[in-house]
Amino acid sequence: MQNYYEREDGSLTVFMPKEIDHHQANQLRMETDLLIETYHVRHLVFDFSKTEFMDSSGIGVIIGRCKNLGYQGGQVSAKNLNERIQKIFLVSGLQKIIKIEEK
Amino acid sequence: MQNRNEMKLEFDARSINEGFARMAVAAFITGENPTLDEISDIKTAVSEAVTNAIIHGYDNPEQKVMLTCRIEGKKIEIIVEDKGKGIADVKMAMEPFYTTKPELERSGMGFAFMEAFMDEVQVTSTVGEGTRVVMQKKLGA
Repeated sequence: MQNYYEREDGSLTVFMPKEIDHHQANQLRMETDLLIETYHVRHLVFDFSKTEFMDSSGIGVIIGRCKNLGYQGGQVSAKNLNERIQKIFLVSGLQKIIKIEEK
Repeated sequence: MQNRNEMKLEFDARSINEGFARMAVAAFITGENPTLDEISDIKTAVSEAVTNAIIHGYDNPEQKVMLTCRIEGKKIEIIVEDKGKGIADVKMAMEPFYTTKPELERSGMGFAFMEAFMDEVQVTSTVGEGTRVVMQKKLGA
């Protein structure tokens, strides 16, 4: 695994990498899906505390996981968004789709 | 006289070069004293345009993506070109959420991001010949 993850009961926290682009997105997607399936994850949390850059490829990864988990009655949220990531969420409309946890 | 500067890069259509392309542009414009937000906006737009060329323009990673960055006073102009497949309907391609590669979980937000983060975006494309994206942003606007 190239990225960091934390698991507790049915919940999985994905520590998003420093930069999320198309190149990084494939690995992130594969790892996250493997963990979701293996551990029957119901609540997925994307933690952006280390993330300095994200383009629309990151949006694709998040929306894709929302769809997959949504079908199974699961829940997706995001936390520790810096100003840049907040801007990306705003422009893409992502803040309307997933819950943003307060610090 | 206002300052002028220009650079051109040509690199393989490999996804690892998406990071290289945006870093190179960020480094090139540093002398113009852009704000952190302006740098991030430009890096995001470059990343989107280069990713499009790599994913949609070409199938063969040994084909080349061309990137030009031009500084004219406070204006930054970035041109991303490929000599790949081209886009049949540019207007449709630029619609938010439209993607020809949903299986790759593309969000369809690429052009929307370029337009959100730059002042001007022009796309010209010919099927079988390639695509050219010209983007402009004025610093300190």
